[in-house]
Amino acid sequence: MQLKMQKATIQLETLTCPSCVLKIESAVKGLEGVDKDSLQVLFNASRVKVDFHQEKVSVQDVETAISKLGYQVKKSTVK
Amino acid sequence: MQGLILSKKNQIALASAILITIAFIAKLGFKIEAIAVWSLMIASVIGVAPIAIQAYQALRVRVVSIDVLVTIAVIGAFIIQNFEESAIVTFLFLFGAYLEQRTLNKTRAAIKELTEMAPESALKQMGNGEFVEVGVEEVDVGDILLVKTGAKIPVDGKVLSGAGSINEASITGESLPVEKELGSGVYAGTILDNGTLQISADRVGEDTTFGKIIELVEEAQDSKSEAERFIDRFSKYYTPAVLGLGVLVWLITRDFELAITILVLGCPGALVIGVPVSHVAGIGNGARHGILLKGSEVISDFSRLDTMVFDKTGTLTVGNPSVAEKIFYADDHEKALSYLASIEAESDHPLAKAVLTEIGATAFLPVADTEVVKGGGVVATVAGHRVAVGNAALMERENVPLHAQARADLARLAGSGNSLVLTAVDGELHILMGVRDQIRPGVVNDLHRLKKLGVKNLVMLSGDNQGTVDAVSRELGVTEAHGNMLPEDKSAYIRKLIEEQKQIVAFVGDGVNDSPSLALANIGIAMGSGTDVAIETSDVVLMNSDFSRLPHALGLVKATARNMKQNIVIAIGVVLFLLASVFLSEWMNMSIGMLAHEASILVVILNGMRLLRYRL
Repeated sequence: MQLKMQKATIQLETLTCPSCVLKIESAVKGLEGVDKDSLQVLFNASRVKVDFHQEKVSVQDVETAISKLGYQVKKSTVK
Repeated sequence: MQGLILSKKNQIALASAILITIAFIAKLGFKIEAIAVWSLMIASVIGVAPIAIQAYQALRVRVVSIDVLVTIAVIGAFIIQNFEESAIVTFLFLFGAYLEQRTLNKTRAAIKELTEMAPESALKQMGNGEFVEVGVEEVDVGDILLVKTGAKIPVDGKVLSGAGSINEASITGESLPVEKELGSGVYAGTILDNGTLQISADRVGEDTTFGKIIELVEEAQDSKSEAERFIDRFSKYYTPAVLGLGVLVWLITRDFELAITILVLGCPGALVIGVPVSHVAGIGNGARHGILLKGSEVISDFSRLDTMVFDKTGTLTVGNPSVAEKIFYADDHEKALSYLASIEAESDHPLAKAVLTEIGATAFLPVADTEVVKGGGVVATVAGHRVAVGNAALMERENVPLHAQARADLARLAGSGNSLVLTAVDGELHILMGVRDQIRPGVVNDLHRLKKLGVKNLVMLSGDNQGTVDAVSRELGVTEAHGNMLPEDKSAYIRKLIEEQKQIVAFVGDGVNDSPSLALANIGIAMGSGTDVAIETSDVVLMNSDFSRLPHALGLVKATARNMKQNIVIAIGVVLFLLASVFLSEWMNMSIGMLAHEASILVVILNGMRLLRYRL
């Protein structure tokens, strides 16, 4: 069965160290239900874009994973 | 607790600075060793806390980050009771992060300015006919919206009622207000300077032209070239490798201090940040000047350009023929112009349109006995005069004498690519007009600047006949000019340059009928007035079809490419220098190493910021 994918765009506070990108990538990829290939952590835009399966993981889970690393989530949109 | 410590990083840096100052005053000024040691110990502990938290989080997701290296080094220094080092290194690390954030925001400011111009709210007509303020994301296609003076147009749409003037600078780069009335198209992100409009929403959100521009620029600033992806992969293994090197040095030399010093000196510092910083500043500068650059690869290709190929009509020339020159051979200009206009008003010949535009308002008189002479022009009676309008052959047929001056003018105008329109009244030549597709103002100068910036060949391609093309080419000073070319001939020509001659080729076109060439060229440059096709098929968009931005664009990408290289050299140079000096010199220690790293990061950011002010 083809599960419905949703696209999340999460705006973070300004990212300054490039190793943040690496950390956020690893943390989000570690979540069950996100599409690893779709993940983009945009350093200059300070934004995370990722596709995920709604049934397995929520956008809140993704946000929590990021904010646990110490990066504040400003706002996120899902469509 | 963790979050609290992280959010107070800046205050911690300040406290740490104060403690370090106290320690030095106590030690050097009052020789009270105990206060100095305690101050430094406290500074170390509070300073390392946020760094250690970040290190822990990184390790949990299996990343050996810079924080990990610094934390180990600081704890190590603390253990061997080198509190001075541990305090200063943590302070420098935190203070550096603060400065980086401040300066990085500046490099990103240009793009942020652009995205902040996006409309946020709209007055939407509800079921009961009232207009209610809603967020722009709640507007759907087909909704009716009210826009008041000073407000942003929230969507792309059409004017249903009202009138006003709109500043469209955000879309076209043109700051003169444009008048809008019933049926006019309006664009999201533009500002209603005065008037009140009701508009229908045709495209909303990311589908609007402005939405697409923003998306393009935002993606561009984070798009990565091959070189950057390499640096990213490299840095993934680099930090663990430094950790390994530290352990190795410790095992071999049994010198714990040297080992932890290496952890600090080996930090990648400016390496990872140098390229993105130049990149975002360069793209930001472009966005401010009406030049949209689609990403890193474009900057790299564009800066190494060999040949620039131009479409003639609409790119180098204005695109619609107009009167380039008019010469009168008799008095009473007004009457002759009025006769000419009266006859041309009845013609649908393309030249007639140009002539009428040139004459403008005049008295239109009744025209009788019209006779169309094939391949010559028109003869008719206007206000009792026999008027002939056409080329030199028609004048001959009508037995109009052409004196020496007129013959010289004819030859000169024809030689520079004009079509000729002569007007004779009662067998006497009155007016000569040369009609031509005008060269865009300033293009000659712009082409010259492109050459000076290092473009080897400037090639003009056109569907017009070779004679016209040659005439225009002489005036422009291009290297090569080819006429009689269909769109597929143009793309074949570009393919040949790229595949056989191994050149890096840019194609500049209007983005409508030349999309194959735009797509095929290494760099497709569209002169779009913000049209969708132009934005989608090209690599570089010159907003408002402004040719004069082309030299700026080329100069900018060259400056950006140079800037990236400088930053890479600075970053690698500093790391190599530090690692070499720890083995070869006596004076190198952790604090100096950290200072050099933080300084090099600031240097690359400041270097990148220079691009924001770049002007040709």
